[in-house]
Amino acid sequence: MTAVRHTGAEGFLQRFEGLRARLPGRRLPWLEALREDAARAFRAQGLPTRRVEAWKYTDLRPLGEAGFEEALSSIDGGQALPAAHGGGARAVLVDGRFRADLSALDGLPYAAGSVAAALPGLEGRIGAVAPAAALPMVALNAMLFEDGLLLTVPAGVPGGVLDLLSLASGGARPEAFHPRHLIRLEAGASLTLIETAMGPEHDGTTLHNPIYEIEVAEGATLVHARLQQEGRQGFHLSAVHARVAAGGTYDNFTLVAGARLTRNEIHIALTGPGASAHMNGAQLLAGGQHADTTTYLDHAAPGCASRQTYKTVLAGRSRGVFQGKILVRQAAQKTDGYQMNQALLLSPDAEMNSKPQLEIYADDVKCSHGATVGEIDHGQLFYLRSRGVPEAQARSLLIQAFLQEAVEGVTDETARAALGAAVSGWWEREALA
Amino acid sequence: MSLVIENLSAAVDGKPILNGITLAIPAGEIHAVMGPNGSGKSTLSYVLAGRDGYEVTGGIATFEGHDILAMEPEERAAAGLFLAFQYPVELPGVGNALFLRTALNAIRKHRGEPELDAMQFLKVARERMRTLNMTDEMLRRGVNVGFSGGEKKRNEVLQMALLQPRLAILDETDSGLDIDALKIVADGVNALRGPNFSALVITHYQRLLNYIVPDRVHVLLDGRIATSGGPELAQRLEAEGYATIQAEAA
Ligand SMILES: Nc1ncnc2c1ncn2[C@@H]1O[C@H](COP(=O)(O)OP(=O)(O)OP(=O)(O)O)[C@@H](O)[C@H]1O
Ligand SMILES: [Mg+2]
Repeated sequence: MTAVRHTGAEGFLQRFEGLRARLPGRRLPWLEALREDAARAFRAQGLPTRRVEAWKYTDLRPLGEAGFEEALSSIDGGQALPAAHGGGARAVLVDGRFRADLSALDGLPYAAGSVAAALPGLEGRIGAVAPAAALPMVALNAMLFEDGLLLTVPAGVPGGVLDLLSLASGGARPEAFHPRHLIRLEAGASLTLIETAMGPEHDGTTLHNPIYEIEVAEGATLVHARLQQEGRQGFHLSAVHARVAAGGTYDNFTLVAGARLTRNEIHIALTGPGASAHMNGAQLLAGGQHADTTTYLDHAAPGCASRQTYKTVLAGRSRGVFQGKILVRQAAQKTDGYQMNQALLLSPDAEMNSKPQLEIYADDVKCSHGATVGEIDHGQLFYLRSRGVPEAQARSLLIQAFLQEAVEGVTDETARAALGAAVSGWWEREALA
Repeated sequence: MSLVIENLSAAVDGKPILNGITLAIPAGEIHAVMGPNGSGKSTLSYVLAGRDGYEVTGGIATFEGHDILAMEPEERAAAGLFLAFQYPVELPGVGNALFLRTALNAIRKHRGEPELDAMQFLKVARERMRTLNMTDEMLRRGVNVGFSGGEKKRNEVLQMALLQPRLAILDETDSGLDIDALKIVADGVNALRGPNFSALVITHYQRLLNYIVPDRVHVLLDGRIATSGGPELAQRLEAEGYATIQAEAA
């Protein structure tokens, strides 16, 4: 077991060896090969250490030390699920496994269901947008994924709002699950996907390692809100890989309010002219939480626009990280890129690290980025208090104002309302506690 | 007595700015404070409102018999004190309507009155705004964000009109106002006049005092009241400037 402590990867590799004969799709040669490749890459790289540039600010050692097991789902149909944000359409995954019994997907104008159940037909689709060997978190998922949400909205169909509920049931021992979500919007289709990740209710240790492979075809629009409110002993390591074709829009908002350690990578490629990406997010951290948002935006076609607004609020001894890279390829003339990342420190023991990066090879582009780290403004606080507003309430107002810009950047009203509620909920729970 | 200040001294960053101010405002009276730039007028207003970083080094200040210097800023506001800022603060991301309603409800809660919901508030606010010649649009914007100088001052007076303080300190609320706005602001103050309302009006211009006629005028020089008098003192200052008083004080 000393080896586990050494690189952190052994525990996961052992689990892969133990599980592989039982993993879904084990008789599919292409999938077998994909898992094999992923294991090879993962074995070669190990869990990234802080010596790796992309992981300079996030230390995964506690993950390697936890010793995760396969999750034993313990949520049954009788459990009350949180209220849906949308019109009632809902996909539910428990411990990374699609649960038809808990989902409500009948009568939708598009297909939504389980990845595991559809595996034989997914050759060439799994790994198409998120190559297995490229990133350690993707490789980890490729080795061990059991299931995920499979979603295809046909051309021209307005899909409305779909809730995706990702629950962790938790157990006595640390449990890990690695869902692989495949989301495709065909030309001119639209969908608002609001994901809520929560659990376990008691403080069990969990690892949620979801990978999203997203294809937004010509003129399609996907609004993708992720609200991560997982338990205090949770690890959350996600990667969103999205490809947006000409005239398409991908709008991602990620709220990080839960888990002890979070790393969210968002990789977006704008591959056709006039495609656009909105990436907004808020990290609301307290206690000893650590959250890392790392974005890669690839402007590969002319006339595309990207806007990123990330806000981090840090209380206690929390640590926040933002790394954002914008790559503008030579072909991507008339690119309009904007990135802003701001942090509000509520405590002298909190810390924020940010690393914006622009790499531009085209000459006719508009690209700007900025980063600020600050505290609550004393003048603003005094102004509010001088009007009779108690200090705690005044702080709450100013924190919400700080986050406002990121929430406002979300184009879909349902998603925006869900986010607004999650943000005020966090403040009431954490900061006034 | 509404406000009693005795021998009040205060420092900022260790630098003495107020050097023993003594001043009393009986209930129902309006007093003006005039004085050259940098004489300590705004410092006095901040000390009375309880701003951080303004260290009281001596003396006392009571409002209706209570030691206000021992209170938190929000407690002073709840007790009935209101400061119209010389430089109203911008709060980007906080809607003006939400701000005004939050403030009004905080004060109402202290008074034991029921809080107003968004609709009830809007009704009250619109009424006040009409008399101040303000448009609904200013409720939708961030607090003071993108407001012109005069609009910011009107927004201060709107807050005063909504919160109905018993002691208002107006720090150069007339500066930057056009003649019409000046009258509107003066009307706003005069509307509150009564046995339970006192005000300390800080101004550089005698003109305002034509509209808000003060009971007393005090001249602040180097953090001290150099002289006090009736409304005619303001007229004398307008004609002579501060030179004579400075010479007398020296
Ligand atoms: N934070 C500070 N640090 C250092 N000095 C300060 C600070 N705040 C105020 N002062 C000084 O205190 C003195 C009084 O300032 P104050 O703002 O009270 O003047 P005022 O009478 O209101 O002037 P004005 O008519 O220009 O508004 C000035 O010399 C000013 O520079
Ligand atoms: Mg001043």
